[in-house]
Amino acid sequence: MAIATGNPAGTPAGGQTGSASVMQRYYRRFTALERVMHAALMLTFVGCALSGLPLLYADKPWATTLARILGGFEGAGLIHRICAFVMIVVFTTHVATVFYKAIAGGRLMKILWGPDSMVPQLQDGIDIWRNFMWFIGRGPQPQFDRWTYWEKFDYWAVFWGMFIIGGSGLLLWFPVFFSKLLPGWMFNIAALVHGEEALLAVGFIFTFHFFNGHVRPAKFPMDTVIFTGRISEHEMKGERAVQFERFAREGRLAVDEAPPPTAESRWFGWVVGGTALALGILAIVLIVYSIFS
Amino acid sequence: MRAICLQSTAVANPRALHGNPMITVRSIAAICALVVPLLVSAAPARLATPAPAPVAGVNETCLMCHADKDAKSAAGKSIAVDTAKFTASVHGELKLKCTDCHADVSADKLPHPEKLKPVNCATCHDKAVKEYAGTVHAIARKGGNNVAATCIDCHGTHDIKRPKDPTSPTHHLNLVATCTKCHGSEAVMTKGKLPSGNIGSKFDDSIHGKALKSAAAMSAPECTDCHGAHSIHPKSDPQSKVSRARIPETCGSCHKPERDAYMKGMHGKLRQDGVLASPGCTDCHSAHGIQQHETPKFQTEVIKECGNCHTEYISTYRDTFHGQVTALGYARMATCASCHGAHEVLPASNPASKVSKQNRLATCQKCHAGASANFASFDPHANKHDKARDPIYYYAAKFMEFLLFGVFAFFGIHTVFWLYREVREKLAGRNGKGGH
Repeated sequence: MAIATGNPAGTPAGGQTGSASVMQRYYRRFTALERVMHAALMLTFVGCALSGLPLLYADKPWATTLARILGGFEGAGLIHRICAFVMIVVFTTHVATVFYKAIAGGRLMKILWGPDSMVPQLQDGIDIWRNFMWFIGRGPQPQFDRWTYWEKFDYWAVFWGMFIIGGSGLLLWFPVFFSKLLPGWMFNIAALVHGEEALLAVGFIFTFHFFNGHVRPAKFPMDTVIFTGRISEHEMKGERAVQFERFAREGRLAVDEAPPPTAESRWFGWVVGGTALALGILAIVLIVYSIFS
Repeated sequence: MRAICLQSTAVANPRALHGNPMITVRSIAAICALVVPLLVSAAPARLATPAPAPVAGVNETCLMCHADKDAKSAAGKSIAVDTAKFTASVHGELKLKCTDCHADVSADKLPHPEKLKPVNCATCHDKAVKEYAGTVHAIARKGGNNVAATCIDCHGTHDIKRPKDPTSPTHHLNLVATCTKCHGSEAVMTKGKLPSGNIGSKFDDSIHGKALKSAAAMSAPECTDCHGAHSIHPKSDPQSKVSRARIPETCGSCHKPERDAYMKGMHGKLRQDGVLASPGCTDCHSAHGIQQHETPKFQTEVIKECGNCHTEYISTYRDTFHGQVTALGYARMATCASCHGAHEVLPASNPASKVSKQNRLATCQKCHAGASANFASFDPHANKHDKARDPIYYYAAKFMEFLLFGVFAFFGIHTVFWLYREVREKLAGRNGKGGH
């Protein structure tokens, strides 16, 4: 959930200029608000997933057990609604932030286009092609700018999901009210897409997002950048050399340079991220088990 | 050495009379040997005539031997008769003589033969015995099943009491225990080739079983209220009170409003048209394990019974929130009966049906207060596989399938290739972070 932020107001570059070769420079990648929003989104997503999954697989014994752990149908329903509400608040906050930056910050064009924008562009198509070429050994590892195509996909998947799952969820939450405005068959569709889209979201986040962001060999077992907000120069040059060079050119490196992540923020990332990772993998195991049993 | 067969142990071991009917008493052997050594050879059985004039001292004569509570047969079985119990029994009360039942024994021809005929209850109770003769127990016994119940298994022997007597094994409150002596015993059921011996515990946990232990016990049913007493037939026999055909009538003898509603409903109408496959009371409520219909367990389990026949409807129901929540075991959501009714279930085409066009909104409003006509146009059985019935729903489902397949296919391939590349890079010593 990060949007082009331009130059986030931050402390000037710290003194970590690296007297020794082991010393790493770090650059700010996510603002505190973005990190908090990711954490909130993550926790509410896991909450919605675990409290909703028993319904999708209600005929499986594990579903009954999981529902009971979460306080039965009433308890799981309450957790689901609380998480959904917080998630909607997070999403709304984000959209409001983007609008604020676009209008009050005068950065509308940078948000809509260019290397700092989340909007998919021709470069993303080229990146997908190059990445596949690299996968099959027909080219060098491509270098990316600030946002890779898979990160953009994740970002817009949240938008899509918020409208589809959030919208259908509200319909199902307040059927008597919404049926004053909508025909009955809309609720059939709402129930269908709520479940299917949720399955897509859960299946995607807990496998591909985890793989892309965390468990692939280069990041294994976890990339804590979303929790610490800081990316090392080494990592930036290894995967986002285009961004590194552009930021160097634009003089933004010095502005974004930050002290290394604190032990606390790393620890937070490990515990909270690790828990979400474990619960997500559990959800995948349950889904896969249910599909094949 | 012969002795009269008297069985005071019959209640505890009802089959003993038939298993070892003729017993010799060791303890009185010496006396008999001295007194009547030559009378033993052939003692022809004498048919008893009902209610003969009392002959003073017949019972006393028998009890000379049988009153000894340590009296044992040659096989070591007790042949003692508990005088007090007999006196307190209905036959004792009527001042019957031992020989009225043990008719092949004569008090003036002792000792009596070792092999006595089984007591013939029909001598007096001919109606009951005639009834019994055509029933499941008698038929089983004729077929060689020597564990099937006879008169004494339920009524006792020397201690027979009137059914009204609270100490009688055939008293309303004792009958379950009496029947489950056999029907609650896995061993007896195995011998009798009957499916299970857990009927007693099932019944005890049932609403009838619990009622039978409540203040309303006298109006709660025990076994014979449904199965009959002397007229018990297997449920496969159409004349049985618990046959498919007769169950609604049997249950309806207590549950009249439910029976009337059932008869007006589709299932009852089918029955009246001779369709025995149409569900009756026990198909939904079970027989011995009947649960209170308000319990979540019953509410959620009974859905499966409906689904046994209405397969398409249960599968579409399970696609809805109603069906998912009840599948998890929570009964707060609508079950089949919440919308369709239970006993009075009618097809939607019938205006009297709870789900007819006329009544549907009111049915929704039972749970969804303030629901509008739009609300009631929700299809609780929309079928995502049926293009003709629900085209929009069908295409929405297809779109979702396509979307899921597309995303998982693309990222599946993407991930597999990426993993392959990164593993190779790692093995080659470049860790993928290392730049160009």
